[in-house]
Amino acid sequence: MGDFTNLTLIEARDALRQGDFSSRQLTQAYLDRITAIDKGIKAYLTVLSDEVLQAADEADRRLQAGEELPLLGVPLAIKDLLTIEGVRTTCASRILENFDPAYTATAVQRLLDAGAIVLGKTNMDEFAMGSSTENSAYQTTHNPWDVERVPGGTSGGSAAAVAARLAPAALGTDTGGSVRQPASFCGVTGLKPTYGRISRYGLIAFGSSLDSVGPIGHTAEDVALLFSLMAGHDPRDATSMDKTVPDMQLTETNSIKGLRVGVPKEYFIKGIQPEVESAVRAAIAELEAQGAEIVEVSLPHTQYAVPVYYIIAPAEASANLARFDGVRYGLRVESDDYIDMFKQTRGQGFGPEVKRRIMLGTYALSAGYYDAYYGQAQKVRRLIQDDFIQAFEQVDVIATPVAPTTAFRIGEHSDDPLEMYLQDIFTLPGSLAGVPGLAFPVGFDENNLPIGMQLIGPHFGEAKLFEAAHVYQQATDWHQQQPQLNISK
Amino acid sequence: MTKYQPVIGLEIHAVLETRSKMFDDAPVVDSTHGAPNIAVSPVSAGMPGVLPVINQRAVEYALRVALALDCEIALTSIFERKSYFYPDLPKGYQISQYQHPLARNGELTIHTSQGEQVVRIRRVHIEEDTGKLTHVEEDGENYSLVDLNRAGVPLLEIVTEPDLHSVEAVRAYAYGLRAVLRYLGVNSGNLEKGLLRIEPNISLRPKGSEEMGTRTEIKNLNSFRTLERALSYEIERQTEVLNSGGDIRQQTLGWNEAEQVTVPQRSKEEAEDYRYFPEPDLPPLVLEQSWVDEIRAGLPELPYTKQQRFVQQYQLKQGRAALLVEDQAVAEFFEAAMGAAQDIEARLVANWITGDLFSHMNDSGEDIEDLKLKPANLGTLVQLVSSGEINQPTAKGVLAEMLGSGRSPAEIIEEHGLGQISDTGQIEAMVSEVLAANPDELAEYHAGKEQLAQWFFGQVMRTAQGQANPQLLRMELERQLSESKQ
Repeated sequence: MGDFTNLTLIEARDALRQGDFSSRQLTQAYLDRITAIDKGIKAYLTVLSDEVLQAADEADRRLQAGEELPLLGVPLAIKDLLTIEGVRTTCASRILENFDPAYTATAVQRLLDAGAIVLGKTNMDEFAMGSSTENSAYQTTHNPWDVERVPGGTSGGSAAAVAARLAPAALGTDTGGSVRQPASFCGVTGLKPTYGRISRYGLIAFGSSLDSVGPIGHTAEDVALLFSLMAGHDPRDATSMDKTVPDMQLTETNSIKGLRVGVPKEYFIKGIQPEVESAVRAAIAELEAQGAEIVEVSLPHTQYAVPVYYIIAPAEASANLARFDGVRYGLRVESDDYIDMFKQTRGQGFGPEVKRRIMLGTYALSAGYYDAYYGQAQKVRRLIQDDFIQAFEQVDVIATPVAPTTAFRIGEHSDDPLEMYLQDIFTLPGSLAGVPGLAFPVGFDENNLPIGMQLIGPHFGEAKLFEAAHVYQQATDWHQQQPQLNISK
Repeated sequence: MTKYQPVIGLEIHAVLETRSKMFDDAPVVDSTHGAPNIAVSPVSAGMPGVLPVINQRAVEYALRVALALDCEIALTSIFERKSYFYPDLPKGYQISQYQHPLARNGELTIHTSQGEQVVRIRRVHIEEDTGKLTHVEEDGENYSLVDLNRAGVPLLEIVTEPDLHSVEAVRAYAYGLRAVLRYLGVNSGNLEKGLLRIEPNISLRPKGSEEMGTRTEIKNLNSFRTLERALSYEIERQTEVLNSGGDIRQQTLGWNEAEQVTVPQRSKEEAEDYRYFPEPDLPPLVLEQSWVDEIRAGLPELPYTKQQRFVQQYQLKQGRAALLVEDQAVAEFFEAAMGAAQDIEARLVANWITGDLFSHMNDSGEDIEDLKLKPANLGTLVQLVSSGEINQPTAKGVLAEMLGSGRSPAEIIEEHGLGQISDTGQIEAMVSEVLAANPDELAEYHAGKEQLAQWFFGQVMRTAQGQANPQLLRMELERQLSESKQ
């Protein structure tokens, strides 16, 4: 029996259809690998061993009956920020240590409806606040390419699980780069969709005007499949768009001839790791070699993205996280009066980064400061949006690095929140503008750490991103590289 | 005479009585009845990850009110988060409207003893209700219990300018607004159940001054009676403070029913910073002008318009007309009674309705729609009295039977032989019989004791068992008395 865990999502799906192996065999292979390896990676917070095998058997019955659902019998990993009915959902926080939601996130439900089964819930930075998955209240996830290093964050568990082949694909969420940056650090492909394209129902909110559900896989093709299954209007999310999803055909025959690729000068700045810049420029050259037209563009308000984001996202978070008060669910620290109960519960339930952002956000919304901070940030956010709208009058997609560096060492930035915030410098502008961004591997640095490139598209322009990345992946094999896991027992 | 003028504004919260809550499909139930937490969904419990979705029916109800109050409608309005911590507030914020409310600059016309007054309405906005917190003691331990049935129920907040200057005006506005809400079918107007919450803010200023004094707000008034009493008390209290050279403290007050006094709840110095910001989970509420127009066109004749029409068309007094129009069904009953015949006197129909009918309804607990009495039959009854077929006391008895059986007055009069005696021959005979039977009194009358005429009238009426036509009887009695003088 070959190692099924080397297959891509679509390869595994097709093999299941052809009866090469069963969903139970495939699932068991992943569970065995999780048992063997995950103690060194710590990608999963919860492994649903029994449930997923049961679901695999059910999928096998349906496969035998000839059902042809797009993901029938394929196991996936889900970030622990997305709810699944009856499955503990912690957001990697103490405050939700024993929280079993009564509802399933729409994005997850659509994959379940397509036949997918769930291996488990993956680790993350607490409430999706961070860039390294070090802010989990439970464990630090290790980068499969170098276990001394972080996998990126906040969807570090999902990206590491895919990179270490502990799942064929996974769901993450992206508020300011939380799918793209860990995908880049772990050498996998990850999408932040257009804001509103995939329902946020069941995504436990951090920054509501920025949050999105994003798939992570080995190939653009895998990611595109998951995306197309999840996208579309959801009556339970008033910000989800009623926009048809194009039927994407990714084959050997796709072409990017004439595709106008914009290269923004503001993204190739001092301080960027030289190997990152050269790998991204080489990838751009490869796109050109494939027939794309390279155009220099300008996104002049890029430099304001970090401060704008760190006002808007914490402001929204400060309200979103107010509901964790110990009254109805989650952690409650009993006290003599309810005010003290709130203080004790929140004081003990939240980690330091979450508290920092709640305070930042509370301050930015306070009377007398609102106009100077939140109000001003909203104005600048519109300028950043306008940058993209104008750039997309000239080009079809924009190519940038995902992060200024490759994966850094565990603990390297832990004491310096500002340094950590700069990790998102290239992913934040697109988040603020609500445009889609696809991250995929384009090389390695001298430490054999993956380097990612980001293709940014206009609103609802995901198809172009998938096509370009797919053409790139047809011509290169960076996405096929696998980490040599040397996990000490 | 006091030298101060009260300046009063009202903030009214009206529950929009829709089937489901403002932002999810949990049902709206009577939160004063039944088990707690039976109408709670993940959204109204503030569970993580779930999202609000606007209840379109609630928006329609809100628009009806805003249009009825002649407001400027904002085709784009914005929901915002109002943040504060309280155990009955599931999300830690209330979704409300702040900088961009649904409607502004409306008005409601009222009528008081000072005449007609237009009360300006500053804003009308939609928000969600909170849950309810109950403190209990059990085995020496104190607990707070949270009931979320009410959490997320749609509320309309209607804020006036400080245009009211007397308790009477407040009362007229409060009743007037309640009537509007009822006419529009959006709120049943029950204060006791908290479906309508009226919070006055009040300050005093020297008469003739245009400046505003420091104001207090009164909350938790659960009846019109407490509203009036609390306001009267507060006017008096503030007058005394000012007269003794003191300053009014800006604060929120409650009403102590037992002591009949206002009591401080929290002072404004401790006022919270609600940190409003636009609700990112909801796009701006954008209305189609055509939908607004459609709702406007569907509005019923509103209470105050109806009241003025009644005054004009039926020559009713303002007060009487106001009583009739407060409940749309009563107004319709009145007009149906008037339609029973050509020449019914409106004043009399109105008297019967606001007198006997109201007191009957009060006793029986029935609404006017529940009555067996048909409005046309009331019209007929009034006409029978006017035409002298029956007298007033008889009519009261007939009405009682009509209420009990729903039968027509003609049937009842016929059955009991209650028709009034208008036969002049019969009356003539009864009068001469009484005069002949009382020669002493007749003599005294002729000797100058003229008040005995009334006594004779009573004697004849008794003989007639009260059914003699009083006008005919009086004429006949006068004729026979003067004839018997010779």
